[in-house]
Amino acid sequence: MEHVELFFKSIFIDNMVFATFLGMCSYLAVSKKVATAVGLGAAVIFVLAITVPLNWLLDQFILQEGALAWLGPEFAAYDLSFLSFIMFIATIATMVQLVEIVVEKFSPALYNSLGIFLPLIAVNCAILGGSLFMQSREIATFGLALNYGVSSGIGWFLAILSIAAIREKIRYSNVPPPLRGLGITFIITGLMAIGFMSFGGMLTGGDEEVKTEQKTVELEKQDDEEDTKKIADNLSKIAD
Amino acid sequence: MGLLSRKDSKLILDPLADDNPITIQVLGICSALAITAQLKASVVMAISVIFVMGVGNVVISLIRNIIPSKIRIIVQLTVVATLVIIVDQVLKAYSYQLSKELGAFIGLIITNCIIMGRFEAFALGNGVWRSFLDGIGNALGYGVILIIVGFFRELLGSGTLFGFPVLGDPIAKTGVYAIGYENNGFMLLAPMALIVVGIIIWVQRSRNTALIEDH
Repeated sequence: MEHVELFFKSIFIDNMVFATFLGMCSYLAVSKKVATAVGLGAAVIFVLAITVPLNWLLDQFILQEGALAWLGPEFAAYDLSFLSFIMFIATIATMVQLVEIVVEKFSPALYNSLGIFLPLIAVNCAILGGSLFMQSREIATFGLALNYGVSSGIGWFLAILSIAAIREKIRYSNVPPPLRGLGITFIITGLMAIGFMSFGGMLTGGDEEVKTEQKTVELEKQDDEEDTKKIADNLSKIAD
Repeated sequence: MGLLSRKDSKLILDPLADDNPITIQVLGICSALAITAQLKASVVMAISVIFVMGVGNVVISLIRNIIPSKIRIIVQLTVVATLVIIVDQVLKAYSYQLSKELGAFIGLIITNCIIMGRFEAFALGNGVWRSFLDGIGNALGYGVILIIVGFFRELLGSGTLFGFPVLGDPIAKTGVYAIGYENNGFMLLAPMALIVVGIIIWVQRSRNTALIEDH
């Protein structure tokens, strides 16, 4: 259940583009055609799925306060979290390079479709943002970190796919000249973000109200019981 | 200008308007949008980026002839990451509350495309002084947009500037609230940042028609 919740939450509610504006640069620059947008989106899912769990391991076993305890009790006091930026970005840059080499060797077809996007991705804020949010939201287990990487990648993919489809069509509309290109893309993204906000109540909306109602009912019950006790006490006193 | 030649001052002034990194070059959008709900955060972010870009451009320009071009991305990332760690630690030491609010976005300066973009486009091919000016200029251009967006979002969204109420008290109904004005809480939400930047682009391109794109 935890997994399902995180999955839908990262795709729809905390969507990387619409809720936190991560990876906007490539989102705006590479969304002119659907085909290229799909390529970049797939590459982002792929790289996030590798780097987020890897950086989770790094965070748990090296960077966090007390994370070095596995080396021995004398290391338990170290807190290396100030190094996390440089460690995360180094991991991402090397992993991207490594993935590029491996993909080129074993799957030339995939390399031809993803290859040109991979170098772009090392400096995509969505990738570093994935790791940094993973750290600041304190994701608990390796499985959840993997889930978080994949699902936020899917969210980013959805966003770039939809904006690319809209931009292909908007070519035929009569946009005011100063808004053409970049301006209208910003405004459409804003409107899409407002649309995505409606997913906000998807996971928590109903439950909370029910819970508060139940609590008040219980409180009333307790009050009633106390009242009846008091009345009973009073009656017994009077009888005495 | 006595200190700067005309060519040098162009490096600083161009990015402020006609070659603005956000509205024209489309670089560094992520952080520009996420932290602009308050003017204070925008100003701190702008100052951080000015520091990182100025120093970063100088460092890259100094070592530009000894970086092997194959690994230059990693070298650049290391330089930026080091500078950002300095900014982050200073913020944590002197303004812990603000550093909590900005959270991961300080770290995201590392992948701010303005920085990598200017390293690649300018600092790798130019001298130290010119690179420094280019860095400061572009960071200022970025900061200007950030502050404009932050100004409007905070003013219209919560009726304050830097946290001080400027439009009166919404609860006691003083100032403009007395005649029925209400804060637009929607301005504080993420999507409005995009729309405000869209409007800034619209205004800028209406004033300077040479910038208009054909789709």
